[in-house]
Amino acid sequence: MSTLLLAEQVLNGLQLGIMLFLMAAGLTLVFGVMGLINLAHGSLYMIGAFAAAAVAGATGSFLLALMAALAAAAAAGALVEMLVIRRLYDRDHLDQVLATFALILIFSEGTRWVFGSFPLYLNIPDYLAGPITLPGGIQYPLYRLTLIGIGLVIALGLFLLISRTRLGIQIRAGENDREMIAALGVDISKLYTIVFALGAALAGLAGALVGAIQSVQVGMGEPVLILAFVVIVIGGIGSIKGALVGAILVGLTDTLGGLLLPALFAQFMEASAAQGMGSALASMLIYILMAVVLVVRPTGLYGARA
Amino acid sequence: MNREGMLNAAVLLGLISVPLWAWAADEPFIITLTTKAAVLALAGVGLNIALGLGGLVSLGHAAFFGIGGYAMGILASHAQTFDPIMEAPFLIEGTKSMPVIWLVAVIASGLAALAIGALSLRTSGVYFIMITLAFGQMLYFFAISWPAYGGEDGLSIYVRNGFPGLNTLDPIQFYGIVFAILLAVLFLTARLARSPFGLALNAARQSAVRVETVGLSPYRLRLMAFVISGMITGLAGALFADLNRFVSPTMFSWQTSGEIMIFVILGGVARLFGPVVGAVLFILLEHLLGGLSDFWHIYLGLLLLLIVLFARGGVIGLLAGRGVAHD
Repeated sequence: MSTLLLAEQVLNGLQLGIMLFLMAAGLTLVFGVMGLINLAHGSLYMIGAFAAAAVAGATGSFLLALMAALAAAAAAGALVEMLVIRRLYDRDHLDQVLATFALILIFSEGTRWVFGSFPLYLNIPDYLAGPITLPGGIQYPLYRLTLIGIGLVIALGLFLLISRTRLGIQIRAGENDREMIAALGVDISKLYTIVFALGAALAGLAGALVGAIQSVQVGMGEPVLILAFVVIVIGGIGSIKGALVGAILVGLTDTLGGLLLPALFAQFMEASAAQGMGSALASMLIYILMAVVLVVRPTGLYGARA
Repeated sequence: MNREGMLNAAVLLGLISVPLWAWAADEPFIITLTTKAAVLALAGVGLNIALGLGGLVSLGHAAFFGIGGYAMGILASHAQTFDPIMEAPFLIEGTKSMPVIWLVAVIASGLAALAIGALSLRTSGVYFIMITLAFGQMLYFFAISWPAYGGEDGLSIYVRNGFPGLNTLDPIQFYGIVFAILLAVLFLTARLARSPFGLALNAARQSAVRVETVGLSPYRLRLMAFVISGMITGLAGALFADLNRFVSPTMFSWQTSGEIMIFVILGGVARLFGPVVGAVLFILLEHLLGGLSDFWHIYLGLLLLLIVLFARGGVIGLLAGRGVAHD
C-alpha cells in the first residue's frame, strides 16, 4: 500500500471528522445547556442541504446556497424550539426521544412531500473544483480541503465564542446552574432559543457542505446523526473539546479502518473472504472504539458529569 | 375488574374474534395484518420489560429483533439449500423447524443482549440511549456489509418454516401460533412483574440507592431485565421473519427501534397490554392513513407528538385513567 493512498485517506478521515464535529457541536451544546437529547438534529442537517440545493438551483451561486442553508436551518431550529422543544426541557429523556423522533417523521415526510423522493444534486462551484497538488506530491480535491479549512475556522470561532464572549459566558453558566443565571436576570428562554438555533445552523451548514459531495436526499441526516452520537459519547457529553477530539477520532477510524482492515485480513485469508470480512468489521470499528472508551471512561474522554 | 382490566379483556377478545371473523369471511389479508400486529406487539412486550419495568430507555432493540430474524433466515436458508452451516469440528445443519429456530433466536438474542447490556449499563441516562442506538446501528452496518447472507438485499425463504402438526402456510394456523406465544409471554410478563425479581427491578428504577442499601445490585437486576427483554424481542424477530418469509438489514435499522418504542408509548409505558394496544393501533393507522396518503408518516408524527406532549400514559392511560400505572 502506497504512502500516497494512506495520506489521502488520512485527509478524507479528517474531512469526515470535521463535518461530524459541526453536527456533534450542536448536539453537545444543546445537551450541555438544556439537558435535551435531540434526535431531530439530523433533520436540520437535511434541511440545510435541501435549502442549499434549492437556492443553488435557482441562483447558481454556491455562497448564496450556503447562506440559505444557514438561515433555513437556524430558522427551522428556532421555530421547532419555540413550538415543541421548549415543552420538553422538564420531561424525562424518554419523552424527549419520542417527541424528537416524531419530529423526524414530520420533517422527513414533509421534505419528501415538497421536494419528491428523488435525490437533488448540489454542484461544487468551479473555483473549488478539481484537485490540487499538496507538498509531497499528493493530489487532493480542493473542495474537500476547503471543507477541512472551513470546519477548523468554525471550530476556532466556536471556542472563541464560548470562552471570550458574553453569550459564551451565559452558555457556560447555563450548563452549570440554570436557576442561578435565570435569577441573575438572563432571559433563559431566549438563551435556549439562541443556543438551539446556533446548533441547528451548524448542522445545516454541514448538510450543505457535504451535500455537494454526496446526493441531497430525504433521510440523509440520520446516519450522520448516529455517528455524531458516537462522537459525543466518545468525547463526553457537553464538551466542545471532546466533540472535536471525538469527531476526528471517529473520522479517522472509519476511513482508515475501511482501508487497512481488508488489507490486514488479506495477510492470512484468501482475497475475497478478506475483503468481505474486513469491510464488515471495518463498518463496526467506530462502535468498537466507542465500547472501548466506555469501558475505560464511562463518561467519555472529556465528560465531567456522571 | 377495573377499567384497565376490562380494556385488556376487550383487546384480547378483539385479537381472537377479528381473525376468526376474517377466516370465516375468507379475508386472509386481514388475518395477515392481525398476525403482523401480534408479532410487533410481542416485540413491544419485550421492550416494555426494559423500558417500563426497568426504566431503561433502549433505542437499540432492533438489534435483537434483527438477530431473531437472521437466526431464522440463516437456519432456514441453509436447510433450503441443504448446505450445512458448519462441518468441522462437528456438523451443524440448517433447519426448517420453528421450535428449533425460536430456541436459537432466543439464545442468540439473549447472548447479544448480555454483551450489549453489560457494556451499556455501565452508563445511564442519555449515554444509555445513545449507546444502545449505536450498538443497534453497528449490527445494521454489519448485516449490510456481510455478503454471506444477502448483504443489503436480504434473504428470501421460499417456504414458511414448519411446526409439528400444523400447516403454517395457512394464515389462521400461523396466527394461532403467534397468538399463543403472545399470550404465553404476556402471562409470563405479568408473573415476572409481581415476582421478587420484578419488584426489585421496579424498586431499582425508582430508587437505585435504596435498592443498593438493602444489598441488591441494581446493575445485575437491570442486566437481567435487559437480557429477558432482548430474548422476547428476538423471538418476535424470528416470527416476523417467518411472517414475511424474508429477512433484511432493515430489521436492524434504528427506525425499527423507534417503531418498537412507539408501540410501547402509544399504548402506555409499563402497562401489561400497552405494547399490544400500541401495535394494533400502529398497524391500523398504517393501514388507514397509508390508504389516504403516501405521506402518512406526517400524521403519525403529529399524533405521536400530541401524545407525548399532552397525553402521557398513552391510549390506555387516556381510557383507563392515570392512577392504575405503577409509576
